[in-house]
Amino acid sequence: MTAATSASFQRAPRDVAIVSVAQSRHERAIVDRNEVELIQPVIQQALEQVGVQKGEIDFTCSGSSDYLAGQAFSFVMTLDAVGAWPPIAESHVEMDGAWALYEAWVKIQSGHADTALIYSYGKSSPGDLPHVLSRQLDPYYYQPLWPDAVALAGIQARQMLDAGKITPERMAEIAFVSREAARTNPNAQLQGSAPVAELLAADYLSDPLRRHDCAPISDGGVAVVLAAGDRAKRWADRPAWIRGIDHRIDSHNFGARDLTVAPSAALAAANAGVAFDKVDVAELHAPFTPQHQLLVDALGLGDDVSVNPSGGALAANPMMAAGLIRLGEVANRIMSGEVDRGVAHATSGHLLQQNLVAVLEGA
Amino acid sequence: MGNRVAVIGIGQTKHAAVRGDVSLAGLLREAVFRALEDAHLTINDIDAIVIGKAPDFFEGIMMPEGFLAEAIGAVGKPLLRVHTAGSVGGSTAIVAASHVQAGVAERVLTIAWEQQSCSEAMWALSFPIPFQQQLVAGAGGYFAPFIREYMRRSNAPDDIGILVALKDRLNALKNPYAHLHEPDITYDSVKESFMLWEPIRYSETCPSSDGAIAMVLAGEAAAEASAAASGVRPAWITGTSMRSEPATANGRDQVSPDAGKDCAADVYRQAGITNPRAEIDVVEMYVPFSWYEPMWLENLGFCDEGEGWKLTEQGVTQLDGDLPVNCSGGVLSTNPIGASGMLRFGEAAMQVRGTAGEHQIDGVRTALGQAYGGAAQFFAMWTLASEKP
Repeated sequence: MTAATSASFQRAPRDVAIVSVAQSRHERAIVDRNEVELIQPVIQQALEQVGVQKGEIDFTCSGSSDYLAGQAFSFVMTLDAVGAWPPIAESHVEMDGAWALYEAWVKIQSGHADTALIYSYGKSSPGDLPHVLSRQLDPYYYQPLWPDAVALAGIQARQMLDAGKITPERMAEIAFVSREAARTNPNAQLQGSAPVAELLAADYLSDPLRRHDCAPISDGGVAVVLAAGDRAKRWADRPAWIRGIDHRIDSHNFGARDLTVAPSAALAAANAGVAFDKVDVAELHAPFTPQHQLLVDALGLGDDVSVNPSGGALAANPMMAAGLIRLGEVANRIMSGEVDRGVAHATSGHLLQQNLVAVLEGA
Repeated sequence: MGNRVAVIGIGQTKHAAVRGDVSLAGLLREAVFRALEDAHLTINDIDAIVIGKAPDFFEGIMMPEGFLAEAIGAVGKPLLRVHTAGSVGGSTAIVAASHVQAGVAERVLTIAWEQQSCSEAMWALSFPIPFQQQLVAGAGGYFAPFIREYMRRSNAPDDIGILVALKDRLNALKNPYAHLHEPDITYDSVKESFMLWEPIRYSETCPSSDGAIAMVLAGEAAAEASAAASGVRPAWITGTSMRSEPATANGRDQVSPDAGKDCAADVYRQAGITNPRAEIDVVEMYVPFSWYEPMWLENLGFCDEGEGWKLTEQGVTQLDGDLPVNCSGGVLSTNPIGASGMLRFGEAAMQVRGTAGEHQIDGVRTALGQAYGGAAQFFAMWTLASEKP
């Protein structure tokens, strides 16, 4: 299925927009702040930007992972960053914050709320991230082998190369362009890149992936405010209206999947209405360079689309936040008036198994 | 709010300390296919899936729904994973309901589960210093001081907890899916069971279970079509609410938390309930330690503060009382943590649909499902009615 064949796109009944976005500066290891201390100022900034007190928000939803925190019920402590007193209407997903935003968007569509605060965060630095992520695999057949996340991505990259869907040169170019773009992103962890020729001369990290093909390991967080209708217009001069949003999942059985495509990403893009009009900018959550190309193809993005002007996940990849950051980056460009229509993508799981696509517009 | 939504299918596993006869995927499928069969639907009819469970560490799988996607029929569909501590089963059902209310889905499958045999839940719930005080072992160790405070405030006789435990375990004998079936249980056997966390005895404590529950929620047209096919009426959802408060806050009352009171007030307002004692026919509430029945009766507004134990003592909450509580045997008889909240929501819906079998109460028109979690700080509730709102 391609985006252009969509017939199922339906505009949601309520107009809902992103009206505020705040991020931490993403770093390899934030050692002087715990998760609460990391996310609290980010939440505060997101609220202050729209002049809102926390008590004025109808619904709060967050995304995080106990496996990163090394602690069961870790999000319970992080609720302190919101100051949920007196009690608030609140929920949490064990997913990237992009899905927390989806839950909040559904809540607003259902009429149970007009406004929402969404936040997500991840500190990967305390553990060995590629091996921690191996715990996300099938416990009977995959987990006992301890395949690390980079090695798995290497299998996908090899299939992309063998299928002629990418070349080592194109992979290096994606890395170079992303990290050069990140020079203008004050929150990025990696800013600037060595020339492509130099990148291609480096040793493999996990053949055929070189270090430049992989996202950095990051600590960081993000907060977003959603508002419906007139409230959105009051809180932002130019709200970033969510005109379509959908998410889908593919099989986990990597051996039975064609890893050079992501049907769930293409289906989500079709249902979000990506192809219905010209796309100015796209932010793709692609932690590995071949996945960047795979997603450009799956979402049907043309050469005229500015892809990952923030640098994308290749410049900063805080787990559980990097997807919501993509929505925030597109929203910021719409709210500033720089672009009129953008596409944001988030992924979850290994090898682009689960994907969310949103279309944001300035009008 | 939003579109009408109803429960049209409910399926649960046989719950047990160890379900060694099935894989994890097989456990979930047992519940999923029973729910679909109950709704007279197939997985192809489902637009979206919302799944919930308690911490991933319990089974040692990070975000396990990815691996489970194929087994539960989620491939090509939206799959959302909710995690809100012990209330998660209730929260998950509410998020699923909001999909129909919002109009983004017509039929939603919602699943909640836990496979506690993979780990030792008590120690998983015993946080290391500095996150919690020394010597707090398990949830019982955390909640025992609040129970003692409830007893002090209310002047309740010290055997109220025994009465609750006896009632729930006897009710469980009428529920073929319940984990604990103890036909020989008596008042004395509960009283003589060893003290775990004073005043909580072994027989006043929830078990640790493997189990899952699934429900199909649908919009008005789909619900009526399913009812026509199955001959069973839908359980219409008349109110949903979630509330959270911090684990610690100055002035916070952990015996009867504000979040629980606010959540109840919100759900009653949506359902148009002004006198819960008179208007609600049956309640499924989250009672992992026996004394939480009288405590929640007060928090939920079924009586004045300090009076909850009297309802228990007078037999009001028994199967033949005028406000039966936990006819299924409740959390005291079955506790796959992530599923326990949705079991409350699902059992309440079964009572409204008239499908609860031996533990069915006659003529249920309105039911309440309640779940709580964390340090009695996360609440999820829904109300159901036999008549379309």
